[in-house]
Amino acid sequence: MRISISWLHEWVDSGWDARTLAERLTMAGFEVESIERAAPVLEGVVVARILSCEPHPDAAKLRVCQVEDGSGSPVQVVCGAANARAGLVTAFAQVGAILPGDVRIATAQLRGVESHGMLCSARELGLGEGHAGILELGEGYPPGISLTKSLALDDTVLELSITPNRGDALSMLGIAREVAAISRMPLSTPPVPRVAATLPDVFDVQLEAGDACPTFVGRVIRGVRPGAISPMWLQERLRRAGLRSITPVVDVTNLVMLELGQPMHAYDLRRLSGGIRVRWARPTETLRLLDGGEVALGPDVLLIADASGPIGLAGIMGGEASGIDPDTTDVFLEVAFFQPAAVGGRARRFGLQTDASQRFERGVDPDLQERAMERATALLLEIAGGEPGPTVVSGKALPGLERNPIEVSIGFLEKRLGLQLETATVVESLTALGMQVSRSGDDLRVLPPSHRFDIALPEEISEEVARLHGYDRIEPVDATGPQVAASSTEARVPARRYLGLLADRGYQEVISYAFTGRDEQLRLAGRAELVELANPLSAELAAMRLSLWPGLMGALTGNVRRQRDRVRLFEHGRVFPAGGEEKDMLAAVAWGGALPEQWSGDRREVDFYDLKADLEALLQLSNSTADVRFEPAEHPALHPGRTARVIIRENSAGWIGELHPALLVAYGLRSAPLLFELDVDLSFMSEPPVYKAISRYPSVRRDLALVVAESILLDQILESVSVSSGSALKEVRVFDVYRGTGLEPGFKSVAMGLILQKIEGTLTDQDADALVAAVVSRLSTDCGARIRN
Amino acid sequence: MDLESLLEGFLYRIAASADLAALDTVRVEALGKKGAVTVQLKALSSFPPEERREAGARINVVKDRLTEAIESRRVALEDAQLAQQLAAGRLDVTLPGRGQQSGGLHPVTRTRLRIEEIFAGAGFRVAEGPEIEDDFHNFEALNIPADHPARAMHDTFYFPDGRLLRTHTSPVQIRALRKGPLPLRVIAPGRVYRCDSDLTHTPMFHQVEGLVVDEQVSFANLKAMLSGFIEQFFERPRKLRFRPSYFPFTEPSAEVDIQCVLCDGAGCRTCKGTGWLEVLGCGMVHPNVLLAAGIDPERWQGYAFGMGIDRMAMLRYAVNDLRLFFEGDLDFLRQFDRG
Repeated sequence: MRISISWLHEWVDSGWDARTLAERLTMAGFEVESIERAAPVLEGVVVARILSCEPHPDAAKLRVCQVEDGSGSPVQVVCGAANARAGLVTAFAQVGAILPGDVRIATAQLRGVESHGMLCSARELGLGEGHAGILELGEGYPPGISLTKSLALDDTVLELSITPNRGDALSMLGIAREVAAISRMPLSTPPVPRVAATLPDVFDVQLEAGDACPTFVGRVIRGVRPGAISPMWLQERLRRAGLRSITPVVDVTNLVMLELGQPMHAYDLRRLSGGIRVRWARPTETLRLLDGGEVALGPDVLLIADASGPIGLAGIMGGEASGIDPDTTDVFLEVAFFQPAAVGGRARRFGLQTDASQRFERGVDPDLQERAMERATALLLEIAGGEPGPTVVSGKALPGLERNPIEVSIGFLEKRLGLQLETATVVESLTALGMQVSRSGDDLRVLPPSHRFDIALPEEISEEVARLHGYDRIEPVDATGPQVAASSTEARVPARRYLGLLADRGYQEVISYAFTGRDEQLRLAGRAELVELANPLSAELAAMRLSLWPGLMGALTGNVRRQRDRVRLFEHGRVFPAGGEEKDMLAAVAWGGALPEQWSGDRREVDFYDLKADLEALLQLSNSTADVRFEPAEHPALHPGRTARVIIRENSAGWIGELHPALLVAYGLRSAPLLFELDVDLSFMSEPPVYKAISRYPSVRRDLALVVAESILLDQILESVSVSSGSALKEVRVFDVYRGTGLEPGFKSVAMGLILQKIEGTLTDQDADALVAAVVSRLSTDCGARIRN
Repeated sequence: MDLESLLEGFLYRIAASADLAALDTVRVEALGKKGAVTVQLKALSSFPPEERREAGARINVVKDRLTEAIESRRVALEDAQLAQQLAAGRLDVTLPGRGQQSGGLHPVTRTRLRIEEIFAGAGFRVAEGPEIEDDFHNFEALNIPADHPARAMHDTFYFPDGRLLRTHTSPVQIRALRKGPLPLRVIAPGRVYRCDSDLTHTPMFHQVEGLVVDEQVSFANLKAMLSGFIEQFFERPRKLRFRPSYFPFTEPSAEVDIQCVLCDGAGCRTCKGTGWLEVLGCGMVHPNVLLAAGIDPERWQGYAFGMGIDRMAMLRYAVNDLRLFFEGDLDFLRQFDRG
């Protein structure tokens, strides 16, 4: 909402300069987004009258004008504008003037004729886009007076952001009321006398949509002067509010909307057939709008229709067929009240946000319609002539929609706002906002004015009181409350701990979008059912992720493209399985050297067991080794022989593996990344540790070198060892796995150290030998293992 | 050989010994069981008794001098050997340490954890809700009915079944209120989504919601809590400016500007010359929200606030482009690993 301060000051003079006014409006809830000059500085530009206008002797398109510019003698100017003519009052840039864009006006020779200045178009003056001809000021502007003074251009425009609850403030009237309330200065709006009918003509209006349009005020005006143009003061008001001048009829309806906040519509009476109906659209109806677009309607769209069908979207935009053009002489003016609920959301649905829909959606003062009609009639007659018929009110003569007084106590306000209030001050503030307040002790009965339909609750009164008191004058007060111990749990590893562990082990956290391309998801998540957006920004951001891997792979390849040769990334976030609950996941990717490149150490590439070490470290935050199992499995995104399902306490909690070689090319990677993904809920459940007795006796170590078939997994071997050695087995250390010379193909050697120890008493060599014998025997039975010689 | 030349001969050889082995050879030749000096001592028994004492004394002087010379040469040789060993073992201490490199948390996570920590200190616990929400929790229960103009401010992603991606963390208010118990103090950090993507908007970003409901909670308490939070977050006092505004789910509502953290209010590019940065929306919980959660607004009242975590991270760490947070570039992310 753009507010001209000079216009505002005609209605209420706060006595504040532009900055103070902006500050006060902002602090009253009307955020000022910009403060601008209404027009450029135009020194040396004056009003001038063209005395004569002759053709240029040597140029067909130029004319030689003598103009009266208040200097006492006529000034000769060469002008190319088609509308230059004797008698025209226009804007004249004298020699020495500087126009916007640093255009300096000097005496010039134009095809041999001297020109002492320039007659200007609106665009040349920075007063709009008009460039068809020079400015036409009309009567009442004496030559020689500076244009700035004549058009009151020394003005400031505030751009206000109006919150959706304050439809009443989308007008000069609304802002002036607020300024009056804040500054406690009187508001004086121009009187709106009734304009008596001079014609009997009326036009039939039927309201068929019930409460959606309870009132429709209409008026016929005949004999409007065709080709009339709006006076400069009106054009300037529109321009400063951000609107273009079109025709006097349209300009007048727009001005009344800017003034009062009541949108209006004007129809060309000749183009209406039969009476007007306000009704809901039928399912298959369509309408071509004023802006040329055609929209398909629906049964929840409120229409203005005539015998020919729909002619306008109620409260949003008129139709093309019945609109005003410059030749229109007979008009029918509409001033209606549409319920916000009957209009809301439709404009957005059709991709139209109009000044009318913006106001009706937020609510228009239900007491405003007749006033708007009288104001518009008077203006139109003044500007373009015409004979008015009577104002006809169809429907309920709106006495304001039902408003109930609100009961509110000073105690309630004090408790909610946390400050002490004087009853008299509260009453004064509310009264300044146009509310009727009756007081009984500390209890108030408040009836808001018709334009404040946003207020129906005591809480809403509290905001008004706080706003006028000044939010900045409410002193902060520390809360008092019950003394409650903070909760703290060991049932779950805190996120800070597991995220920190990955960070400490070299992984960098990334955050990716939770939606990706469909194919990307299917390729890496390997499940067919996706949750897809109905209105995605693009196909690449359309499917909710089933896995964090697509995001990690995207970040990995992005970094590889930027020439990073070793990448460790992780992400923590939700996935969205179709038909299931959202799940918190933790995933990581590792690619490149096993260690950062350095002067010492090995230079191999990261492999499965490097990533597994990081995963194990993570799982050890909450699980014992016995709780976790890695089960060989297949996953569509992973190398079939290098993939494990992570089983935690018999729940499938995630995956680890090497990216499938077939996908390497698609990602443009020279070597395979390793990936894991964990279900956070299943992975980080924990319990407080429980102490177990430690042994005071020495331990004994026995090494075994076994030969087993390749198909035997270490877990099977360990299971046999564990079962056969009982409680004396403290630890198993696998220290070598060997294949090759000395072994048959298809067999491998696994060397391990058994650390044996008893809680009570020393384990003797004989005890140890007996245990090892039992272990070897069991391994032979279970795993076909033999001792390597 | 006379004792004098014996002594000088050995002293010369001791001094000339290049290492401990050579020195030991000299020691054995001089003082060993068959050493020259030992032989002389053994020969004393054949001396006449009157000469024996004097001759013994002279030989012992020689023996003592040689012992002393050998010992001091031994110490010197050992010192030299150690010095040589140490010199050979000298390291370039400026070579980097062997092994791994640390990673780090994302700046948004880092910021979220700090926000959680600051509010935890004030008795707030963390609440959560789903990111795929229904219309009721995201809009209806928050006093934003269908076709409410405020919906135009939420460019919402929808699913074919009518569900949506939450446009703010405020639906967690409803879930927390329904779960209870009262009184409650929660914050709800999380990801939110808007159908909007340009220089300053990403379709996914982060917010944190705060909610306090109790029998005595006022707007003045809200001001105190947020002032305290901002001071802790930026680790210096900041002026706050509460401006009346509008959110359907609070009444009164306020937008909060803080004194610019970059120019301290003098005016700069970040604050567009105003000296203020808009960082928060807040207000007293609207009674309709309490009613939607089945809570009696006559007895309970509360305040709520919401802010962008990404924006707070940008202000705290002087990041000037929101989109960097979601690009995963290691050169960017590594800058936030310290501290």
